[in-house]
Amino acid sequence: MVRVDGLNQGGALIEVRSLDKTYQRGSEEIHVLQGLNLDVDEGDFVAFMGPSGSGKTTLLNLLGGLDLPSAGSIVVAGDEITSMSGHKLASWRARHVGFIFQMYNLIPVLTAYQNVELPLLLTTLSKAERRRHVETALAVVDLADRMHHYPRQLSGGQEQRVAIARAVVTDPTFLLCDEPTGDLDRASAEGILDLIHQLVDKYGKTVLMVTHDPRAAERAGVILHLEKGVLVECQQCGRSGGMS
Amino acid sequence: MRFFPFIVANLFRKKTRTVLTVGSFAAALFLFALLATIDTTFTGGVEVAGADRLIVLNKTSIIQPLPISYRDRILQIPDVKHLTYAVWFGGMYQHERNFIPIMAVDTEGFRSMYTEFAIPQEQWEAFVRDREGCIVGRSTVNKYGWTLGDRIPIKGTIYPGSWEFNLRGIYDGTRAEDDTTQFWFQYPYLDERKEFFKGVVGWYVVRVVSPDADARVAAAIDERFANSAFETATESEKSFAAGFVKQVGNIRLIIVSIGSVVLFTLLLVTGSTMAMSVRERTGEFAVLKTLGFSDLTVMFLVLAESLMYAVPGACIGLTLAKIFTLQGDPTGGLLPFFYLDPERMLAGFVLALAAGIAAGIIPALLAMRLRIVEALRRV
Amino acid sequence: MALPLIYNARSVKVRWASTTIAVLGIAGVVAIFVAMLSMARGFQATLVASGSPANAIVRRGGSLSEMESAISLDQIRVITDTPGVMRSSEGIPLISPEVVLVASLPQKTTGAYALVQVRGVSARALEVRETINIAAGRYFRPGIAEVVVGSNVAHMYRNCGLGDTAHFGGRNWTVVGILDSGGSAFDSEIWCDAILLNQTYSRPASMYQAATVKLSSPEELFAFKQGLTSDPRMTVEVEREVDYYERQSQVVTTMIRVLGFLVVFIMAIGAVFGALNTMYSAVAARYREIATIRSLGFGSGSIIISFLLESVFIALIGGVIGCLAVLPINGYTASTLNFQTFSSLAFAFRVTPDLLAEGMLFALLMGIVGGLFPAIRAARLPVAIALRSL
Repeated sequence: MVRVDGLNQGGALIEVRSLDKTYQRGSEEIHVLQGLNLDVDEGDFVAFMGPSGSGKTTLLNLLGGLDLPSAGSIVVAGDEITSMSGHKLASWRARHVGFIFQMYNLIPVLTAYQNVELPLLLTTLSKAERRRHVETALAVVDLADRMHHYPRQLSGGQEQRVAIARAVVTDPTFLLCDEPTGDLDRASAEGILDLIHQLVDKYGKTVLMVTHDPRAAERAGVILHLEKGVLVECQQCGRSGGMS
Repeated sequence: MRFFPFIVANLFRKKTRTVLTVGSFAAALFLFALLATIDTTFTGGVEVAGADRLIVLNKTSIIQPLPISYRDRILQIPDVKHLTYAVWFGGMYQHERNFIPIMAVDTEGFRSMYTEFAIPQEQWEAFVRDREGCIVGRSTVNKYGWTLGDRIPIKGTIYPGSWEFNLRGIYDGTRAEDDTTQFWFQYPYLDERKEFFKGVVGWYVVRVVSPDADARVAAAIDERFANSAFETATESEKSFAAGFVKQVGNIRLIIVSIGSVVLFTLLLVTGSTMAMSVRERTGEFAVLKTLGFSDLTVMFLVLAESLMYAVPGACIGLTLAKIFTLQGDPTGGLLPFFYLDPERMLAGFVLALAAGIAAGIIPALLAMRLRIVEALRRV
Repeated sequence: MALPLIYNARSVKVRWASTTIAVLGIAGVVAIFVAMLSMARGFQATLVASGSPANAIVRRGGSLSEMESAISLDQIRVITDTPGVMRSSEGIPLISPEVVLVASLPQKTTGAYALVQVRGVSARALEVRETINIAAGRYFRPGIAEVVVGSNVAHMYRNCGLGDTAHFGGRNWTVVGILDSGGSAFDSEIWCDAILLNQTYSRPASMYQAATVKLSSPEELFAFKQGLTSDPRMTVEVEREVDYYERQSQVVTTMIRVLGFLVVFIMAIGAVFGALNTMYSAVAARYREIATIRSLGFGSGSIIISFLLESVFIALIGGVIGCLAVLPINGYTASTLNFQTFSSLAFAFRVTPDLLAEGMLFALLMGIVGGLFPAIRAARLPVAIALRSL
């Protein structure tokens, strides 16, 4: 169950309260997020939409512990991440978050297999155990036959699949997607959206996705709109070809 | 360990650049080894000089002789265990450019004084039996392609005329720094044939019971011959050799300055390569951090990569240098030996490691402090 | 079509850090290169300057240097009577019989003993060697234990200043004059009376080692030599003085050159690698520009030249910096043991214009090598790939 009024009394997987984020641009102060609230439960699939520069990516970064808010709190599975030190935050991130970017961000000098294995290098798993996890993840995204290919040998859609495999290989608490289909053609985009949908339906993953694409957004369970620094629910946003 | 494939994969990112940087390290270490070898050549004589051997020279001038009669009188001095003598002959083989250190030596005491030289017993005996015999060091023999039994013509320079010797023996050193270029023939032969100044030697070499007695015996010898027509100046072989090194000038200073210039340049080159490489990959480092790699881990990855340039480069450079020095003296015989010792090789390796770390530290720190959000935005 | 140099200038400015490094690398190599050569040059020049083309040195047959030789008084007389010997205005034959020995003297700075060449001469020595004169004090008197010392000896050794008492050969000698030979080997020598020197060292009184003869003209050498060597009483070597000293410099000069060359060669490899790195990264950073330029119709030739120019420019700057850095050592005096004469020789580093030119040429070479391959890569860049990165 997704809420944005901040009135929920605990129990949510992700709980955000009074989140502020302010940037300095020259002499100006830009308040990107102001008193934002959010509750997300396990298994929810949320899409964030909004005009460019509205701070969607900023929100995602904060949720993933990539950035610190100016004020407010973020609690994930009981952990208050806004007060964590850099090192602890990194460990937390490795364990709990899976990122999927618009530009895939695969390491070009590593094969698909090695890219997916990367997060596992931070664990204490043995080489054989790592292999099992990687092969499973690649099977889920249906790319087992290409595991020894380099990114440059894969199409855009395939690269994104590898990125998704990398994001799920550690079995994270939730997935953060930033415009996952932004760089893909229609057919590949559909494929990726199917995959993400499958992750939610079949594997019970919690997914938070930022997107411009209304067709992507409508796959989500809930669409939230980022306006004036806070989130609002928007039932019709997907249908009426939302604002970009 | 587990990150090794990742680090190695990064090296192959831009093969040309990797090759060039490793090559720079190799070149710098080769140079270091070369300088160390040159340094050893000049100072090595001191290291191998006998600690318990004294050299007795004419006090007024090093090139003046001493009477042969001093032999028995020196032997009488307490704590003198053993004695030998020699005369500098000079001389040249075929051409002035072929410099060979030729000496007339005392056949009785010479061999047991210089135990660092190995001569097969039967060769030494053949030499002693043949008045016109000679024993030559391995380097010189190899250089001119002589074999045992050859009759070698030497043109005298100090003692004029044509002198011929039969090669009766070849000596080898027992340590890498031993001088194997020398040419010895019999003192009696020289004394017989020369026209003036018979019955003199160039210098005496005295073995003392123990190195502690050096100063005492030296003083005793000099006192014995004080106020005579041929006064002596006696000192340990080591200090004599050291004196020569001092005269060759401040070689060490020159070497150290060159070495520093080189090291500095090397650091700049590798440092800039690392920096370039890291800058190009800010996006990737950001991604690693999003995956949960801590700042410290990222820093170590960068440092490790820097060492992956340094270590292979150092190994290649040092190995090539060792092979080069094994070819012998590049100046064609002017140096007594040309040897790169293992200690200096190790020092070079450690230096390379330090340079690798120094070159990589700033890029590593930059990668460590990279702010993920900004880096991702730059991508 | 030639590419505007503005591209290069901008590129250099943007990549100023790695460019600076390449420049410094090349500067370092050029500096050491010129330094090594000027050390060898200085050493050699000191010795060569010691000789005069109109002088000949006569030694015993078979000897390679003065110290190895021996000439008797009778032989001196024969030499004096040989045609070709110049006579002074009073009709005195200008021939200087000399004794050459080595003495140990303590150095001023460290107190360590070094070998100094001592030359026993007569009053005529200065007439035979015109380039040498007394810079301070006076010449020694015959038969008296007085010496004149070369200017370097006065600087470097204890008790060798004007008025001091030097001690060698078991005797005390008063320093009454300082020689100036214009930076040649004689500045590192001590001169005294030949007969007294022989006596001091228990040598036969009239046994000399060599005779330096002033010829009536440099061309007289051959005739003079013929005249002497055809005489059965004389087994002698006759050599032009200049050649003699050049020979004496060969061992050390060869050593410096060979070892120096090795050092510089290796350094150059490192510097070229640095330049290559810089240039390759320049090419990589300018993919788009190159693609654009090529799609506009500029051929490979223009691109190659453009990059080569940039590389050469960087190298030449490095060369200039290196040359400037090394200039101060010109005239720096060092001293070393000349193995051939077995005595110390002080010499000055000589940085000459032609050495600097060689240094610049070397820089140019490194610039070309460092720029050629990157330039070719830039020219061969498949335009399509480059444009894709836009």
